[in-house]
Amino acid sequence: MASLKSIKKRIVSVKNTRQITKAMKMVSAAKLRRAQENVVAARPYAQKMGEVLQSLAGNLEGDLHPLLEKRDAKKLLLIVVTSDRGLCGGFNSNLCKAGERYIKEKQAEFEQISIMTVGRKGYEFLKNRHTVYKNFSNILSKPNYQTAAMLAQDVIEGYLTEEYDQVVMLFNSFRTVMTQDITFQQLLPIEPEEKGAVDEAGVEFIYEPSVDDLLTQILPKNIEVQIFKAMLESVAGEHGARMTAMDSASKNASEMIGKLTLQYNRARQAAITTELMEIISGAESIKG
Amino acid sequence: MAEKMKLEIVTPYSKVLDELVDEVTATGKMGEFGVLPGHAPFLTSLNIGELCYKKDGVAVSMALNWGYFEVQDDKIIVLVETAERSDEIDLDRAKAALGRAEDALKKLTAEDKQFKVYEAALERALIRMQVAGKAARK
Repeated sequence: MASLKSIKKRIVSVKNTRQITKAMKMVSAAKLRRAQENVVAARPYAQKMGEVLQSLAGNLEGDLHPLLEKRDAKKLLLIVVTSDRGLCGGFNSNLCKAGERYIKEKQAEFEQISIMTVGRKGYEFLKNRHTVYKNFSNILSKPNYQTAAMLAQDVIEGYLTEEYDQVVMLFNSFRTVMTQDITFQQLLPIEPEEKGAVDEAGVEFIYEPSVDDLLTQILPKNIEVQIFKAMLESVAGEHGARMTAMDSASKNASEMIGKLTLQYNRARQAAITTELMEIISGAESIKG
Repeated sequence: MAEKMKLEIVTPYSKVLDELVDEVTATGKMGEFGVLPGHAPFLTSLNIGELCYKKDGVAVSMALNWGYFEVQDDKIIVLVETAERSDEIDLDRAKAALGRAEDALKKLTAEDKQFKVYEAALERALIRMQVAGKAARK
């Protein structure tokens, strides 16, 4: 049996760990609330943007906009949105594995697959397996619209210069605190939904300037909004995942402390018993 | 005909405004325009500029930064990147931004990629100051 001292040491160390995981859980819970508020606040904007886009695309005249046009998809860009920091359970690794599977599937279909990572964890996972075309780290601690816009500009530019023909974004979308859904979303080309929905209203809109001009402006915006939304969802998901991971870590630590304490007490009792036996037998021998 | 219109201003961060108003004027791509109740369905893009609405005779102006303006059935939806009410604008910050943008522009030529960025920043700062100035006069 382990010595009393070593058990005591382990108990102290596990207690320290528990303190840290508990603190991390609290921090994540606070951050989660804020991130969740952000996601909710961004939703109406994204939704309204989608509505405007649809009503425009339905009334499109003239040529297709380059961002709507379907090209022969030969080169694919995969954007992987992960977190910058670890200790959040399977949040990053599940996503990266899904990305890995996706790449394997698509390798037959596409001549070239480029990868762009947002967040350090995804980059670290993928850089050893594939060449990462671009990496953006440390932008998620405070997700703002400007960063998303910058990213979107980058993506659109590459698309227009035909560096890639299709853009897919992979991210964890926030469903509940406990669960994140791994989501693949096609960013480019943009696929407008059914045209029929627009005509129902039966009203003629006045467009100023023309539909095409408006569309030219709104399409890139839409990409920005989608990326922004993905960033927010991912951040909220990250905090949710970390909170649950830290919660179970704290629970495990408590359990371990209980077991170790039991062991410690047993060892102590055993030590006392042997000591007593020694004393008694010593006394007996003197008497005799 | 409805007497009032519902005005919603939405940014990526929040819903800034959701109110019943009497009259709205804004700066569109093609110039300034006004909307009264009963307006035909209308969709336009907004420049960096000012939006002014009247509610019960009180006029409020806001500084907007790039977006869309949609009217349908007396409901106005404004999608913008930022929207600030005149009394929320930090005049000192706007002035500082103006100075920064001016300095940067002096160093750049019109071909530079950054030129447009700073030009927009300059315009934003100017509009903010203009809108804030109006609030101060009241």
